[in-house]
Amino acid sequence: MSTLHTVNKSPFERDSLATCIRLSTKGCAILLIEDGVFGAMSGTDHSDMVSAAMKDASFYVLGPDLAARGMSEDRVIDGIQVVDYSGFVDLTTKHDTCQAWL
Amino acid sequence: MSTKKFMFLNRKAPYGTVYALESLEVVLIGAAFEQDVSLAFVGDGVYQITKGQSTDGIGMKNFSPTFKALGDYEITKLYVEKESLEARGLTLDDLMELTWEDEDDDWAEKPSIRLVSSEELAAVFDEQDVVLSF
Amino acid sequence: MKYCIMVNEGPYTHQASDTALQFCKAALNAGHEIFRVFFYHDGVNNGTRYTVPPQDDRNIQQEWSKLAEAHDIDMVICIAAAQRRGIMDADEAKRQGIDGDNIAPGFRISGLGQLIEGGIIADRQLVFGD
Repeated sequence: MSTLHTVNKSPFERDSLATCIRLSTKGCAILLIEDGVFGAMSGTDHSDMVSAAMKDASFYVLGPDLAARGMSEDRVIDGIQVVDYSGFVDLTTKHDTCQAWL
Repeated sequence: MSTKKFMFLNRKAPYGTVYALESLEVVLIGAAFEQDVSLAFVGDGVYQITKGQSTDGIGMKNFSPTFKALGDYEITKLYVEKESLEARGLTLDDLMELTWEDEDDDWAEKPSIRLVSSEELAAVFDEQDVVLSF
Repeated sequence: MKYCIMVNEGPYTHQASDTALQFCKAALNAGHEIFRVFFYHDGVNNGTRYTVPPQDDRNIQQEWSKLAEAHDIDMVICIAAAQRRGIMDADEAKRQGIDGDNIAPGFRISGLGQLIEGGIIADRQLVFGD
């Protein structure tokens, strides 16, 4: 069974992203939404953590939340896929369970 | 009704916010539905089950004794992440003694708290059908 | 696919309710079913009809009410959380001797069992919160 994890808080505010990475298994998907999208940006203090996690997890980021925050898709970490809400829905169908890290 | 694996994910400390209390309220109601229920205490969630909570000074209700009733409701799987405890300078001794009585073993009293590594807990999460996060 | 959605936060203070709304709309557009939306913690505050947000911004409560009506979605407000926070329907107000009710159209007040039942019946359970 594979899980779609959602992380909605910034890694600078809360440890939700780090905890999600620590407690998820190979083959899962991690979707960054709301303030969580800052975790997808390159050149931050958390980028290395995310890049390392990408070996075991597929990372996605919600495009509308990036745009709302003035974060350019160009500056998203290489390999993180930008999706919209319909992409979010698709991810929930492709994975068996959804787990929210608030 | 089919049986699903329900996981209640607790990552917040008690009293500073309402999530710990209201999460427990769902667990108690959920017990009546005869599903395969587990609770996980991760991060500050481990503080929900520490011993010696005394809330008179803050004027709030101490709801920690309610965890002791979980065994009677057949909720016997309380996973505590070792790393979260250690990061907070806590050990199993700092947590309440939560037990259940195994009717298949002559009603022997057994611990409900299962201290697990991050890897072990990640594997447990993967088995779940429904995860409720608070 | 059948979804059960849990909304843990009230309108405006957190994005949770907005994200849940956007998710529901996208799911419905894709032909999925929203079996139930369950409002818990401060999420119950999405169900008061007394909000008057600024005209140039979205009206979250109305969006939920409209969505529920258009797609026959069961929107449940948890009674325990509602009692703590003062969301009442007419029956509950009468029972409690409160001089008014404030529940918005399309929402109904019920017990936590509805959340568990939603999790059992739906194919996917999602949680939006803080």
